[in-house]
Amino acid sequence: MSVDVSDVAAVAEDVESFRTRAREWIRGNLGPFRPETAMGLRSVPAEEELAAVAYDRQLQRKVYDAGFAGIAIPREYGGQGLTAAHQRAFNEELAGYECATRFQIPTMCPCAAVLLDFGTEEQKIRHIPAMLRGEEIWMQFLSEPSGGSDVAGALTSAVRDGDEWVLNGSKVWTTGAWWSDWALCLARTNWDVPKHRGLSVFILPIKQSGVDVHQIEMLNGAKDFCQEFLTDVRVPDTDRVGAVDDGWTVVTRWMFHERTLFNSPYVTYPQGQVHTVADASPADIARDAGVLDDPRARDLIGEARTLDVVGDALMQRIAGGMRAGRISDQSAAIGRLYRGIAGTRTATIKFDIAGPDAAAWSDDDGGISQAGNGFLMRQTACIGGGTTEMARNVISERVLGFPREQLPDRNVPFREVPRGGSR
Amino acid sequence: MLWELNADQEFFRDTTAKFLSERVPVEAIRRRRHETDAFDAEYWRRGADLGWTSLLVGEEAGGGSISGDPVVDLTLIAYEFGRAAAPGPLTSANVVAAALSGAGSHPEVVADLLSGATVAGWAHAEPRGGIGAVGLEIRADGAELVLDGVKRPVEAAGQAGWFLVSGRTGDGLTQVLVPADAPGVSVAALQTVDLTGRFGTVTFDGVRVPRDAVVGEIGGAAAQLEYQLQLALVIQAAETVGAMQRGFDMTVEWAADRYSFGRPLASYQAIKHRFADLKSWLEASHAIADSAAAAVSARAAGAGELVSVAKAYIGEYGLELLQDCVQLHGGIGLTFEHDLHLFLRRATVDRALHGTPAQHRARIAQFVIDREGSAA
Ligand SMILES: Cc1cc2nc3c(=O)[nH]c(=O)nc-3n(C[C@H](O)[C@H](O)[C@H](O)COP(=O)(O)OP(=O)(O)OC[C@H]3O[C@@H](n4cnc5c(N)ncnc54)[C@H](O)[C@@H]3O)c2cc1C
Repeated sequence: MSVDVSDVAAVAEDVESFRTRAREWIRGNLGPFRPETAMGLRSVPAEEELAAVAYDRQLQRKVYDAGFAGIAIPREYGGQGLTAAHQRAFNEELAGYECATRFQIPTMCPCAAVLLDFGTEEQKIRHIPAMLRGEEIWMQFLSEPSGGSDVAGALTSAVRDGDEWVLNGSKVWTTGAWWSDWALCLARTNWDVPKHRGLSVFILPIKQSGVDVHQIEMLNGAKDFCQEFLTDVRVPDTDRVGAVDDGWTVVTRWMFHERTLFNSPYVTYPQGQVHTVADASPADIARDAGVLDDPRARDLIGEARTLDVVGDALMQRIAGGMRAGRISDQSAAIGRLYRGIAGTRTATIKFDIAGPDAAAWSDDDGGISQAGNGFLMRQTACIGGGTTEMARNVISERVLGFPREQLPDRNVPFREVPRGGSR
Repeated sequence: MLWELNADQEFFRDTTAKFLSERVPVEAIRRRRHETDAFDAEYWRRGADLGWTSLLVGEEAGGGSISGDPVVDLTLIAYEFGRAAAPGPLTSANVVAAALSGAGSHPEVVADLLSGATVAGWAHAEPRGGIGAVGLEIRADGAELVLDGVKRPVEAAGQAGWFLVSGRTGDGLTQVLVPADAPGVSVAALQTVDLTGRFGTVTFDGVRVPRDAVVGEIGGAAAQLEYQLQLALVIQAAETVGAMQRGFDMTVEWAADRYSFGRPLASYQAIKHRFADLKSWLEASHAIADSAAAAVSARAAGAGELVSVAKAYIGEYGLELLQDCVQLHGGIGLTFEHDLHLFLRRATVDRALHGTPAQHRARIAQFVIDREGSAA
């Protein structure tokens, strides 16, 4: 079912010569990484965001034309047919260089990854090369206003009508839906069976009548978070992914890919590049705040670096362990938990190093400027992509084998499951 | 520890694990707590036969590794030492043997260290010193060198036949090999929390050695000392991870077996979430210990930073993990009867030895600043 991205697969080019070739091309063709234009949750005017999206499309095309897009994606789907190790080498060489961030997450992982696992041949051939060429940005229509952790509790419905399905409902917290092209969408196709057995997965274009995208303002002023209202959206049955009512099988894998994110063999992202709101490094902030020689600041710089380096080692260990079959895929939750905790801690560290100036700043303050907003948005790292509490449930129940939580909705037709006041 | 060991490495690790569980089971460790020595000579000689002391020494000098990756092989032993809270100067023995054979000096001492006939103390740390701060003075006087200063803590100081002493010679650092019975050398035993740890303060008061006692070059030992520190930290990291793994495994078992209010502790979400955190710290510790070992083994440019990262992380989270294991056990976790403290003790000593996590964070910050500064 899953595509083989084993490091030992017989491929034409060995990793080191690929690395050399990649390095030369990157140095000769790409500009520096610019955190302020990377996909993120920054508060920027709409035109600026749209310009960044357009630039990412060109940049992705450039990478594709050079033969470096989809390094571990099979050639028949427009990729390079190499291995996870090649992708990793590319990401290492890409450190410090620009990257089409909007085509990585969630487009390549989890969306392309799910299509590779479950899509029909036709779906793969139609969409994966288009993603790699910079033509299709994908989003996940997974979370709903009634609750994101309980993924199988989706209320968005899909009703069959001949060769088509008619979708109604609402999805929410979709970063970037207002400038994206396609969505991978979870919907309920059967209300008379227990919740996990009545779901199906579809793909659909976002820019169409019946899909109403609303931008939601976040607490730092960013407006990339979206809610979508689906009203009688018609989806051909050929755009269904996986079997009818068996969407949970797809979702399980979908969430696995979501937990691997930056460590996915499908994602091109500069190694070591921070993925947080305040992008200046702790040492930059310390320099700008004039505390580079303060022992307390040094302790924090050392701590942030420690969390970073350990995180990288951990992701490699988990990915290697899963590839070698030494640990179950559920172990991806360990990486997710670590990333969340380390991310929030790092945001706090930056805020602390910035000191009193983080309370009130001007644009001339360099690294200090975003430390306050970075702190405000700190919990993003522990919520987005599934919460750290859910990761802890997975680790304790699926990795350590501890007893499952009581689930009153387990063997009940979904129609009869109790719902909270706001549902 | 590593998931991809070859069959020889697996066998090697297994042999040590079996030997330790037979030879120094927890009861034996408890019994030993008031003895002057942490281990008997026969135990150490048998361990040396299993390969504990010879990994970092080249084959021409009687050593040899299992996989061709000697530092990694050594961490397998260190990991088992941690899992068993086993006694023995694994770090000193290996660091000193590597230093002597690396410099091509004192082959007869190397042979004795490899066979386990002799134990050597790595006399590097100094009282109230930072990481690698050296104040002991070594000055040339005719055909001799004279040592004045204090080293502390020195592992297995009371049982050591030799000390590898680092000192300052003018602007440079020098290492010399000193017999423990040389006039002017005195050893005072220290206390420690580890039942199997024995440390001493070693004072060098006008100690005279011939010039050929020098290991490496006079005044040129800085790089060799940095490498020794890296080796010590890698061994320590693996050992602490072993202790963490054992403490964690015991606690998982306990949580499944112990009932409270009619259900296993392991069924409460508050407890399950704690275990999930511990598991992530444990896996992260395995990962960084292995990556530091691989870097030191390859003598990679980033090895110095990686060993400090390993120490900063494992020193902090390893101890949080073991203390949480005590907490999750409740009252019994604080008894001498229970085995858990043996692993907590080992990790506690490891946390403080060879630089604290805070000292290593400061070292890491310096690496970061130097790098970012030079890039600017
Ligand atoms: C930056 C960001 C980007 C996102 N992007 C997308 C996207 O592109 N597409 C998309 O579909 N969604 C997206 N999300 C949504 C995200 O997946 C959800 O926010 C997340 O899964 C949590 O769901 P919720 O917000 O409904 O919280 P709830 O599920 O209502 O949870 C509320 C709190 O209760 C806790 N909780 C819930 N159930 C349990 C339980 N069984 N045990 C213990 N604790 C529990 C949660 O951990 C949380 O702390 C994004 C979120 C963020 C922050």
